[in-house]
Amino acid sequence: MKASEIAVLLNEPACAHNTREKSGCARPKPGATAGGCSFDGAQIALLPIADVAHIVHGSIACAGSSWDNRGTRTTGPALYRIGMTTDLSEQDVIMGRGEKRLFHAIKQAIDSYSPAAVFVYATCATAMIGDDLEAVCKAAAERWDVPVVPVDCAGFYGTKNLGNRIAGEAMTRYVIGTREPDAVPESAQRAGIKVHDVSLIGEYNIAGEFWHVAPLFDELGLRILASLSGDSRFRDIQTMHRAEASMVVCAKALLNVARKVNVGWGVPYFEGSFYGIADASQAFRDFARLIGDDDLTARTEAMIVREEAKINAALEPWRGRLKGKRVLLYTGGVKSWSVVSALQDLGMEVVATGTKKSTGEDKARIRELMGEDALMIDDGSPKVLLSTYKEYGADILIAGGRNLYTALKARIPFLDINQEREFGYAGYTGMIELARQLALTIESPVWQSVRRPAPWAKTKAAGVPLTA
Amino acid sequence: MAEIIKRAKALSVNPLKASQPVGAALAFLGLKNAIPMLHGSQGCTAFGKVFLVRHFREPIPLQTTAMDQISTVMSADENVIEGLKTICEKSAPEVIGLPTTSLSEAQGTDIRRLVREFRDKYPQYADVAIVPVNTPDYSGCLESGFALALEAIVDTLVPTTRLAGRRHKQVNVLASSMLTPGDIEAVTEWIECFGLRPVVLPDLGDSLDGHLVDSEYSALTIGGTPRSEIATMGESVATLVIGRSLSRTADLLKARTGVPDYRFDHLMGLDAGDAFSQTLSEISGQPVPDKLERQRAQLQDAMVDTHFMLGFARIALALDPDALLAFAAFFASLGAEIVAAVAPARSDALADIICESVQIGDLDDLERAAVRENAQMLVASSHGLQVAERLGIPLLRAGFPQYDWVGGYARGWVGYRNARQALFDIANLFLGQHHEIPAYQSIFRVESPRASARAGVVHH
Repeated sequence: MKASEIAVLLNEPACAHNTREKSGCARPKPGATAGGCSFDGAQIALLPIADVAHIVHGSIACAGSSWDNRGTRTTGPALYRIGMTTDLSEQDVIMGRGEKRLFHAIKQAIDSYSPAAVFVYATCATAMIGDDLEAVCKAAAERWDVPVVPVDCAGFYGTKNLGNRIAGEAMTRYVIGTREPDAVPESAQRAGIKVHDVSLIGEYNIAGEFWHVAPLFDELGLRILASLSGDSRFRDIQTMHRAEASMVVCAKALLNVARKVNVGWGVPYFEGSFYGIADASQAFRDFARLIGDDDLTARTEAMIVREEAKINAALEPWRGRLKGKRVLLYTGGVKSWSVVSALQDLGMEVVATGTKKSTGEDKARIRELMGEDALMIDDGSPKVLLSTYKEYGADILIAGGRNLYTALKARIPFLDINQEREFGYAGYTGMIELARQLALTIESPVWQSVRRPAPWAKTKAAGVPLTA
Repeated sequence: MAEIIKRAKALSVNPLKASQPVGAALAFLGLKNAIPMLHGSQGCTAFGKVFLVRHFREPIPLQTTAMDQISTVMSADENVIEGLKTICEKSAPEVIGLPTTSLSEAQGTDIRRLVREFRDKYPQYADVAIVPVNTPDYSGCLESGFALALEAIVDTLVPTTRLAGRRHKQVNVLASSMLTPGDIEAVTEWIECFGLRPVVLPDLGDSLDGHLVDSEYSALTIGGTPRSEIATMGESVATLVIGRSLSRTADLLKARTGVPDYRFDHLMGLDAGDAFSQTLSEISGQPVPDKLERQRAQLQDAMVDTHFMLGFARIALALDPDALLAFAAFFASLGAEIVAAVAPARSDALADIICESVQIGDLDDLERAAVRENAQMLVASSHGLQVAERLGIPLLRAGFPQYDWVGGYARGWVGYRNARQALFDIANLFLGQHHEIPAYQSIFRVESPRASARAGVVHH
């Protein structure tokens, strides 16, 4: 990929980051950088497409350290869990045999697994030696009559966010709009309910959490034509352009998909989240608003009233336990406010939130929720997190898996909110799991035990009691 | 003598291989106050970090030179120098490991020259040891990357001396990547009970054993072999080398210091344990302690008890070469049979593995071989679980990564006591899988109506 093409991708007109002077993401600093690369980001965005053979074209480090490590779940095919890589050898790299190996690899994947499509991911070494992914994919698709999609996402192109966007670009260029949707099955038709087609962008069904929400879509007659990409199939993504409305779920990086589908096919979209009661309700309202069907609006409101009453009753006992507990939240972008509202729903107090990846718009939302004095943390280094935790007398740190062991080593309660987590928090029902996991760690007796010095230790404390 | 079968497929399916840079990083994590920095794009480090974090359930210090598009095309030399300076400034480590990746290798980096340039430019950080090592991930596997890093550590940190034996109770241990932190603890205790004092390189048993420390946060390793001790390895009375992958490292250490070495392929099971104990007894001039004798006798007892379950058992192995050799020998010594063996990359050790052939390949190759050979148990990392489930046979977790259960890193395999526990665990896996003989109903048998009504169900 040329530098100019990367610049175009970074310059996303629909993204609020663009209003600032510098575009998108700053250059990583050698020796002080955390976070994944573009290849990582592209895989996060596309790997959940369950019936596709995902081939990583490169040497072993890329696939070898990462295959089958995503929390996404599927209702059917699970081809995405099979790790596939060309695993290039030194000879392949030196002699330029990468393209040939890739061509045969695609054949092997098709012969062994009859995938709905093959996605081929470029990596640093193959991008550098100049393998022509696009040409190989085109030739393979023609030869074996299976869609073969190149995803040019070498790690050195940039960050995980850029990789998300590259993945979205590949979908809009090669996949979306290549098939018309099937008719709604007769068995799914119900009297008095008009079915509307919608799509989701940036929902990954982590730990199956979308299954908390999906039944409500069915109830309202909202058929999810395609989800990019939780529990989806290749043939779903092909029809995404026919949705009547799209929701961009917690994912600024995939706004390019929403915008292009909007420009190309006139599909309106909104940004939202399924975390927290208020946001989940708002998401359904926004769908109804964009679709503009009065009957749908009425049924949506009725559903919201019912669900909110139900969940509020179920959360009552948890609220008693969590009320007033102080949270230090460190997570990126949209989640910096969407999770805040979920925690406030539980009566908790968010003392500070991370805003490293947040836009001006996100920050305005945070002030609205947390007040003008809301503490926003840009530097998410373990040192800063721990000192903020202490200073603000927090009871729990909520952050991504990267900070899990930072918290545990410092003997403080922790909740994982990102990609690799094992619990689903989306939708109304997800709130129960969220409350349960919060109480589980905050109330655990282990913290007192591990902070208490050994009986024979006269002067030395085992760890520093942080909240005493 | 096993036949080595080359990789024949274009596509690697369910890779068994973890990369050389990850292996090299792991070796550096066994040094005290250290941090590795991979010379590559930030993803090389991010993936490696997640891989190790999930296995050890520990924070893993690991940095990156963060090559981006411009530095990839133009030059990434400045990235290395800036990265080293940043780490020195921020964390003041004793050692920085500097493994390369396939990206920087394909670019043609001269990593040693860059270290020299850094030295010239920033003499104020002369105290920080920097260990460069070439570990492209298009060659080798985790084990070879680990071994290359160890060789580089010896090369950089062990001075040329002829003082062997000056510390007459000190022995060096060169420990291959097949040894877990639990194994290192066992080896350390083993040596100590002969009155000797080991310097283990690298000491993962001290850095990644999983322990809470007083300080809340460290950007560096919180244990491991101190650099000052590495410098004294030339004064030890002996070097114990565990694992075939460390042959070159051992050769180098011996050439540097003249310390005599004793090499062991592995320390699993009775025979390997006896060889090690015997050697320790000779080095120390001490008899084998009663405590060890007792543990040895306990292992013998367990071997007798469990030979019913393990005899003729058909085992499929997918591990890095050193571990493959070790497990194959262990199982063979119990009367079990290795019916499938897969290694991710070539190694001298493979030819000596006790089985007919070793495939260079992936977990897909393992699955096919296991099906073909009617394997009854799989020994592999957590990635083997899908295969084991499809085959309906138990999985004994070993190697990297083990992310789907707790404590794999802490488990010890070596020594009499650990071998005994391994026997119990393996036998129990088989006991859970015992297949009954299908019942045969004689044509002449007539059951009374009472008896044929679901036997064992209580009627009221």
